[in-house]
Amino acid sequence: MSDANKEALEPITGIESPVYLDYNFTAGQATARFLTKVKEGKLVGQRCPSCRNVYIPPRGACAACGVATNEEVELPHKATVQSFTIVYIPIPGNPIKPPYVIANLVVDGANISFLHLLSECKNEDVRIGMRVEAKWKDPSEWGFAMENIQYFAPIDEPDVPAEEIGRLKDA
Amino acid sequence: MRDIAIVSFVQSDCVRDAGARNEVELIMPVVRKVLDNVGLESAQNVDFTCSGSCDYLQGAAFAFVLGVDALGAVPPIKESHVEMDAAWALYEAVLKIQSGQAESALLYGFGKSSPGELPIVLSQQLDPYYLAPLWLDTVSSAALQARAMLDSGEITEREMAEVVARSRKNAKSNPHAQLKGDVSADELLNEPTYLSPLRKHDCCPVSDGACAMVIATVEQAKKWGKPYAVLKGIDHRIESAHFGARDLTKSPSTEAAAKAAGVANGPIDIAEIYAPFSHQEIILKKALGLGDDTVINPSGGVLAGNLMMASGLSRIGEVAMRIINGECKRGVAHATSGHALQQNLVAVLEGA
Ligand SMILES: [Zn+2]
Repeated sequence: MSDANKEALEPITGIESPVYLDYNFTAGQATARFLTKVKEGKLVGQRCPSCRNVYIPPRGACAACGVATNEEVELPHKATVQSFTIVYIPIPGNPIKPPYVIANLVVDGANISFLHLLSECKNEDVRIGMRVEAKWKDPSEWGFAMENIQYFAPIDEPDVPAEEIGRLKDA
Repeated sequence: MRDIAIVSFVQSDCVRDAGARNEVELIMPVVRKVLDNVGLESAQNVDFTCSGSCDYLQGAAFAFVLGVDALGAVPPIKESHVEMDAAWALYEAVLKIQSGQAESALLYGFGKSSPGELPIVLSQQLDPYYLAPLWLDTVSSAALQARAMLDSGEITEREMAEVVARSRKNAKSNPHAQLKGDVSADELLNEPTYLSPLRKHDCCPVSDGACAMVIATVEQAKKWGKPYAVLKGIDHRIESAHFGARDLTKSPSTEAAAKAAGVANGPIDIAEIYAPFSHQEIILKKALGLGDDTVINPSGGVLAGNLMMASGLSRIGEVAMRIINGECKRGVAHATSGHALQQNLVAVLEGA
């Protein structure tokens, strides 16, 4: 076998084929309304006209009923821990030093949770049902993002039983 | 094969930019309307739901999953998705019904192409080793095809312009069309070339929007008591991913699909052909075996507005609604996918 043939049989194990696609992202009409209020320091959910569940952040529809959620509901800044995890692994580009707590939080009056940071407490004290409150950044830093809330911190209120978190209460 | 009834079809307007609306907000209105037309409350009232879309269009990962929020999928529904035009979602639903696993189905397709640079985004449909790294966009591959057509003497630039002029004229009666009006072939030929030999008007516009359809067995459609068109045949075929291995001036995959779907089994009154570029309508008309007595693209076709991932299902819906409305008796609908007519689906529809 000639040297040229040996070279031709060199295994090819990969090729570089970069992809660059640029997009003008839009959040959606319902989410845009929500984010506009977040920039004003308000948490405004949207209520399903059919099952009455309140969604925050809203995406435009009640996923259970498949109908538009046009009614807006301003919600308090207190929430309940529905679930949580303690992050020990550093994530590249994330300025927060592990270990830290990421929690699924249900804001009072809402029926769906969102993820946010939990702080001002010992990680081992965090528990399902724990009551917390939003700690907002300085208004000068507010943008169209949930990062306007720096984190949620515990408050001195009795825990909510797990089975009651995020459930609709009889009016 | 059980006959399948197309009972209801709804399409949104084709708009250049749907603004802030997300996938849920695009899908919900057409799904609501298509269900209302049949008297169904929600997706819970059909046995199967299938959608067609492509997350690359809007650059939002899992938009196809988030779109399910428009359906009311609690308690859970039987649901599926194709990363293709929703015409192939219809094909999946047809298989589901034929195999006895469903009596009815809801289909929808949506495309929000405005956030990205669509022809470049679609370069990602190509094979990842030889063609996608070249970033070959869909307009360029169509231009290669048009050049091959012109050089072979199969078409003239005037014939291409005449396709566009007819599309614009027919679209005047289509409330959802994006581009419409009276324009002559001469005027069009005076326009400069865009990507030679294509002029801008030879290319479909970029559009945002959605469409939805309800199908069922004929027995189920009769129970609903709604008029319907009958899907007599449907087939799809694909050609090589390599342009060099194809004769771009012909569409053998369309020919094969047309034969299998039974296009030639009777006269064809109307045909809705998914030809995103003017010269492709001429290739497809020939491949489908259509004569001059068939009205081509009475809606204006996709040169008047092209909802990526929904236009194929819309072609079928257009023919179905014209049959239901008594405008014609037998029609053919065509859908395409990929570059330069790589994959093609053909459906034959008749009156009940
Ligand atoms: Zn609801």
